[in-house]
Amino acid sequence: MFKRLTLGVTLALALAAGGAQAAGSEGHVEDHAFSFEGPFGSYDQEQLRRGLKVYTEVCSACHGMKFVAIRSLGDEGGPLLSKAEVRAYASEFVEVWDQSLNDGEGDYREALPADHFPKGGNANAPDLSLMAKARAGFHGPAGTGINQLLKGMGGAEYIYSLITGYTGEEKTSAGVTLYENSAYPGGWISMAPPLYGEDVEFADGHKNDLEHLSEDISAFLMWTAEPKLNDRKRAGLLGVLILGFLTLMLFLANKALWRPIKYKKD
Amino acid sequence: MGGIPHDHYEPKSKSAKAFHARLPIVGLLYDTLMFPTPKNLNWMWIWGIVLTFCLAMQIVTGVVLVMHYTPHVDLAFASIEHIMRDVNGGHMIRYFHMNGASLFFIAVYAHIFRGLYYGSYKAPREVTWIIGMLIYLLMMATGFLGYVLPWGQMSFHGTAVITGLFGAIPFIGESLQTWLLGASAVGQPALNRFFSLHYLLPFLIAGLVIVHIWAFHTTGNNNPTGVEVRRGSKVEAEKDTLPFWPYFVVKDLFALALILTVFMAIVGFMPNYLGHPDNYIEANALVTPAHIVPEWYYLPFYAILRAFTSEVWVVQIASFVTGGIVDAKFFGVLAMFGAIAVMALAPWLDTSTVRSGRYRPMFKWWFGILVADFIFLMWLGARPAAEPYATFSLIGATYWFAYFLVILPLLGVLEKPSTPPTTIEDDFNAKYGKSGAADAANPAE
Repeated sequence: MFKRLTLGVTLALALAAGGAQAAGSEGHVEDHAFSFEGPFGSYDQEQLRRGLKVYTEVCSACHGMKFVAIRSLGDEGGPLLSKAEVRAYASEFVEVWDQSLNDGEGDYREALPADHFPKGGNANAPDLSLMAKARAGFHGPAGTGINQLLKGMGGAEYIYSLITGYTGEEKTSAGVTLYENSAYPGGWISMAPPLYGEDVEFADGHKNDLEHLSEDISAFLMWTAEPKLNDRKRAGLLGVLILGFLTLMLFLANKALWRPIKYKKD
Repeated sequence: MGGIPHDHYEPKSKSAKAFHARLPIVGLLYDTLMFPTPKNLNWMWIWGIVLTFCLAMQIVTGVVLVMHYTPHVDLAFASIEHIMRDVNGGHMIRYFHMNGASLFFIAVYAHIFRGLYYGSYKAPREVTWIIGMLIYLLMMATGFLGYVLPWGQMSFHGTAVITGLFGAIPFIGESLQTWLLGASAVGQPALNRFFSLHYLLPFLIAGLVIVHIWAFHTTGNNNPTGVEVRRGSKVEAEKDTLPFWPYFVVKDLFALALILTVFMAIVGFMPNYLGHPDNYIEANALVTPAHIVPEWYYLPFYAILRAFTSEVWVVQIASFVTGGIVDAKFFGVLAMFGAIAVMALAPWLDTSTVRSGRYRPMFKWWFGILVADFIFLMWLGARPAAEPYATFSLIGATYWFAYFLVILPLLGVLEKPSTPPTTIEDDFNAKYGKSGAADAANPAE
C-alpha cells in the first residue's frame, strides 16, 4: 500500500505542476533546443553576446530591464564582457536621471556599470528582465504537467515562437493596430514584428536571419531572467552526487545494522 | 516517560550525577533517543523525520532570506530579485525555500495518509492526531502567508481571493476581511503583517511538533499491524521493539538522504517546475491574471471550495433553510474547512475494532479510492471553473465527505476483518522467515 501511496504522491506532484496552467486560447509554441537545457546545459557565451547586441539595437528601443544591473554583463556564466567593455556599454545610455547631481536638483548623466538597464521608450512595453520566466511555453496535456516535465517550462521557446510567429495579418481595434501571431495567447498582439532578419550585423559574420536572431535574443533573455543558471546546475549536480553517495553509504550502513536483527539464527 | 518499559539514563560520574540531579536534560535526550520503537515499522514511517528536516530547513533558509528581503509593496519584488542576483548563494537559498515548501507538503500528505491507512489516529493516539491536524493547518497558513511575500501577480491576486473567503462569512465577513488585511484591499498593511506572521508561525509549529512527539512517545508508535507493543515487562517489550537509536535513526537518515537527492535534482535542474510563471511578474492591482491558481498543495481543498456552486441542491437547501445567510460562497468556505474538520474527527468516526487497514479487506478499497479522490481533486483544483470539471469536483468532494462521515462509521459494522498477528514479534518474524522459535528468550543473542 505504501508503494501505491508514494506513487500517488509523485503522480499528484506531476499533475499539480501542470495543472497550474488552465486551458484557454493558448498560442502555439514549438520546442526548440537551447544550450542551457537539461541538467548539464549551460549558456553559450557567444550567443549571449549576440543576444545582447540584438537587445541593444532592437528591443531596448521600447523595452527596459529594471532588475538587471549593467555590471552583470561582466559576470561569469553571462556574456562575460571585460570591465572596459562593460563601462563602454554603460556609457551608451546617456539619459540616466541622477537626483544627486546639481546640488540635489538632479540632472541626466551617462549610465555607470552599477546602474540597471534603463527603461525603454515605450511605456506600454513590458519590462523584459524576467520575461523568460514569466511565461510558460508548454502546458498540459490536460493539466497534467507532463509536457513541462519533459520539455521544460518553455519561457525561451515562447519568446522564440513569438518573434517568429507573425503571420503578416494586421487589424485595427479601438484605434490600436494588432498583429496576428501564432504564439500569442488570443492570437493578436500589439507589438509590431520586432525582427525580420538581418536587422543586426555581427562582427564575426554569424548568421543573422530571423530564426538565428530570435534564438539569440531568447537565450539572452533567459540569461537576464536566470543569470545564475550555470552556477545552479553545477551546484545541483554536485549536490546530487554528494547526496547520492551519502544515500549509498547510509543504505549499506542500514543493511549492516539490521542484518543481525532480521536474520539472526535462534 | 512512555508506558513501554525500557532502560533509562543512569549518570555515571560524580559530576554527571550532580548535573542530573539539578537538570535532567541528558536523561530527557537519552529517553527520547533510546525510545523503544516497534521493529516492524515499514518505509511509510520515515516521513516524520523528513518533516522535521523540512521544518528546520525552512526556518534556516527563511532566516537568511529575511536578512535580504524588504516587506514593502514597492521593494519586495525587487528585493527577491536582489536575492536571486546579488546575494552570495541567494538563488540557491531562495530555491531551497521555495521548493522546500513543496517537499514539506509532499511529506505531510504521505504522513497523513499513512496515519489514515494504518489507523494511527485511533485510541489511544487521538491527541497525537489532533495536534498533527493543527500542525497541518498552521503549515497551510504559513505557506499561504509566505507565498504573498514575493509580491508577484499570483501572490497579490491569490491573497485577494483567499482573504475574500473570509469576506463570505455572513454578518462579520467584511469586517473580518478588513481586519485581516489591515485595509479594505491587499496592500502595504497586509504585506507587513503577513511577513510578521510568516516568521512567527513556524515557531508555533516547532512547539506543536515537540508536543506531537511527546504525545506519541507516551502512547508508543503505531505500526503496520496496529498491534500494541507488549508492556508486561522490559524483556517482553524488547521482543517487540528496538531502540530508536541507532536502528531507526540510520534507517530514517537513509530515506531522508534518498529523498534529498531527488529534491536536490529538482532545485538544481527544474526549480520553477512547481511554481507559477505569473509570480515572476510584479504585483499589479489593475491587471488580474487569466487564471488564479493556488499552489499545488492547496488544490484538493480549493476544488472542494469551488465544487459547491449555487446550482447544487444541497447549497440551495442550505440557502433556503437559513434564509439566504448561507449562500454558495459561504457554503464553499464551510465545505473547505469542513473537509479538514472531518479528517480531524476520524478517530471518532472510525468504528472498526481493528486498527490497521492491512487486516480490513473492505476498508482497503475505500481507502484506495480516497487516495485517488485526493489526487483527482488536486487535478480539478487547477482546471477552469467550468463543465465538466464542476461536476467532477462535486463528485470528488462528495466522496471525500462520504468516506469520513458514512463509510468509516459503517465499515466497522459491515466489515469482517481478518485476524492481526498476536504480537509485533510474530509479524516481524513472519516477514523474515523465522518460525516461532524466537519465543525462546535468549538474551545472549
